[in-house]
Amino acid sequence: MATTSSTGATTFTTPSDREIAATRVFDAPRRLVYEAHTNPKHLPNWMLGPEGWTMPVCEIDLRPGGTWHFVWRKADGSEMAMRGTYKEVVPPEKVVTTESWGGDWPETINTLTLTEKDGKTILTSTILYPSKDARDAALKTGMKQGMNVSFDRLAAYLQGIA
Amino acid sequence: MDSDPLSTTFAALADPTRRAILARLTTGPATVKELSAPFDMSGPAISKHLRVLERAGLISRGRDAQFRPAQLDATPLKQVADWADNYRRFWDASYERLDKYLKTLKAQEKKRGDNK
Repeated sequence: MATTSSTGATTFTTPSDREIAATRVFDAPRRLVYEAHTNPKHLPNWMLGPEGWTMPVCEIDLRPGGTWHFVWRKADGSEMAMRGTYKEVVPPEKVVTTESWGGDWPETINTLTLTEKDGKTILTSTILYPSKDARDAALKTGMKQGMNVSFDRLAAYLQGIA
Repeated sequence: MDSDPLSTTFAALADPTRRAILARLTTGPATVKELSAPFDMSGPAISKHLRVLERAGLISRGRDAQFRPAQLDATPLKQVADWADNYRRFWDASYERLDKYLKTLKAQEKKRGDNK
């Protein structure tokens, strides 16, 4: 998969038809990037998605077989929750976990890998859908906040993945 | 066998020629001849790609027996784009924040180190 050497831009790719991956370079040693991803003290400070969300619940039992539970909340009271089980924990380079949003959302296997180079960290986060049906269900759930994609944006999107 | 619509869409999108064809069709309908022009490919080879795209519901073909211009059907693409968009927005925003947060962590570490 293509990696980028500059910081400040996330590259999204589809390594296979069941996966989607994000790659980004951070100007910090991977020890810190790992810490920011695995310590409940840190996650609510950044893993918040678009503006307006807080993360009131962030429980992490960081060991193979250990579980995690995250809840996000918006000012209007709407909530999103997800949970999973750690499968592999290899500090400070790799974390493999299951992830489930509950309801229609399928369980995915997420792999976080961190590679350090010249004091910078290359992060790759891959989501693997267990089956084709599951990915379809994920899509439908993701569509809840669906919006209009203009042909211009669609063209840009296609050129982006072409 | 393969009844899942999103899988069919992804399979159709897995090929760079087919993505290029779709990108071309976002500007308007085109015939096989028009579509094959930018590629070093025969009409039948392009037609084969169009059949895959048609089966995936990504394009529809005109009835004109000779030219059958291909036209983009955006619905499955919009599903893929929306899905990718939500995911992309979440992580883009989070990673922006993580960038700043890591700076704070680095500064804190340095401060602790200096105090030793």
